[in-house]
Amino acid sequence: MSDQDARALVAQLRDRRDQTVAAWAKAVAASLGGRASASELTTEFEPLFDAVLDGADSGRDSSGGDFDQARALLAEMSRSRAREGYSPTETAISIFSLKDAILAEVDTADAGALTSFLALSRVIDALGLFTFETYAEARNRIISEQGVELMELSTPVVKLWNGVVGVPLVGTLDSARTQVVTEKLLQALVDTGSEYAIIDITGVPAVDTQVAQHLLKTIVAARLMGAECIVSGIRPQIAQTIVALGIEFGDIVTKASLADALSLVISRSGGAPASRGVV
Amino acid sequence: MSLTREELTAVEELPIKGDADVVRVRQSMRSAAISAALSLVDQTKAVTAASELARNTLIHGGGGVAQIETVSAQGRRGVRAAFVDQGPGIADIDLALTDGFTTGTGLGLGLSGSRRLVDGFEIESVPGEGTRVVIHKWAR
Amino acid sequence: MDRIPILKIGDTLVVTIQTDLQDQIAVSLQEDLSERIVETGARGVLIDITALEIVDTFIGRMLSTIASISRVLDADTVVVGMRPAVAITLVELGLSLKGIRTALDAEKGMALLSRLSTADDDQPDAPPARSAIGE
Repeated sequence: MSDQDARALVAQLRDRRDQTVAAWAKAVAASLGGRASASELTTEFEPLFDAVLDGADSGRDSSGGDFDQARALLAEMSRSRAREGYSPTETAISIFSLKDAILAEVDTADAGALTSFLALSRVIDALGLFTFETYAEARNRIISEQGVELMELSTPVVKLWNGVVGVPLVGTLDSARTQVVTEKLLQALVDTGSEYAIIDITGVPAVDTQVAQHLLKTIVAARLMGAECIVSGIRPQIAQTIVALGIEFGDIVTKASLADALSLVISRSGGAPASRGVV
Repeated sequence: MSLTREELTAVEELPIKGDADVVRVRQSMRSAAISAALSLVDQTKAVTAASELARNTLIHGGGGVAQIETVSAQGRRGVRAAFVDQGPGIADIDLALTDGFTTGTGLGLGLSGSRRLVDGFEIESVPGEGTRVVIHKWAR
Repeated sequence: MDRIPILKIGDTLVVTIQTDLQDQIAVSLQEDLSERIVETGARGVLIDITALEIVDTFIGRMLSTIASISRVLDADTVVVGMRPAVAITLVELGLSLKGIRTALDAEKGMALLSRLSTADDDQPDAPPARSAIGE
């Protein structure tokens, strides 16, 4: 293939820009089943089309700097596709369909033009793989963001009374989550100036040695800061497990229900907690 | 965590000859931990471990150096710190790593405790030649 | 050599640790405090560590020693303002600061000290004389 043929193809495609992009957008719109209109896609594809041609004009190495602009646009596109919930195939088709649109413009009887098309097609394949990688990356990021969000949502720390914060724990506790609980609880003690914290484990299905160990560490850390923790909501099965596992709760106060724990704290902190903003 | 394919960046080498150097090691570890994007709790753990080990180097190793750097491996960032001395060395490392074991007046939690604070902990020691402790702490 | 200032408020000695503590300064604080307790007849010692970004075994031991010395000299010690990250690290380190009383901030620490001294004088079983017991 000569550079001349390649440049001829690029020039030809530039001339036929509007038609080619329109055909491309139409094919993609059909594959997306109406979730994006051909005109929206046209607006999105026009700069991408130009960037691919610019890259092809200056070189044919899809990994080099010549396609930086095209890659930047594609990265943006695949990230937004990932966020909007498009499937990997739907995202990949967006770029691969460009080949069909270009092929329609190529005179297949002309060997030079055909070779140029194949070269350009390889570039588009490489860009397609890049798209897919960015898509996967974006998906992974979304998943981990959601994980963090879920963790934050699932471990609220609420102010129950003046000087008392509560942590209602629901669901399985693993070590990552317990770490979040510990940090949020201790920070809440500082932020609210609370001397008491009630950790309610009514919604925790099982307590094993590790979970108990984490709870104990949290309680000791709170004591080091000058606050007392009470564990409430220990169901009969959990009490049995704790004893069976030989977990030592030491001098940690435990109560059957959150209400019991709260009334204990209120009576301890002097009976009139409402007036007890500042001691 | 595997230490293969670890990229090292600029190493900061600090002498440990006195009390003030222990403080400098803490400060350098803090800034490395911040630039590796460690959470506040992980920063605190890394700095505390560095403080323990720097003091060990000073007191038991008769002084030495700390090398602190940020590292990345498999897409994760972290800090790495090495504490090297040419002191008397440790005869029985397993014993030295036991909670409560102490040769001096300390609590015997320096080595064993700092190991619990970090993700990677390696120790080499040759009696009569010196000790080298390397720690890693990774961002989550 | 820098020394950490010790303030006297009522019959309480107040120490605010501002700097990144050098070991030697910590040792002098220990000495200075014991002298001042005897000199002033203080009944309480309040150590504010809000500014401390880390507490390692050396500083932990210093705090415990100060508490033990003041107990011998008939004064209570309260450590206030420990940061959450510091508390989590201390627990992981295995340091429980046995015998040290703690409070969230200086105000609550002063209140605790005054409760403790009233308790000493009047009723032996008065409210939360909490100590940080670990492990």
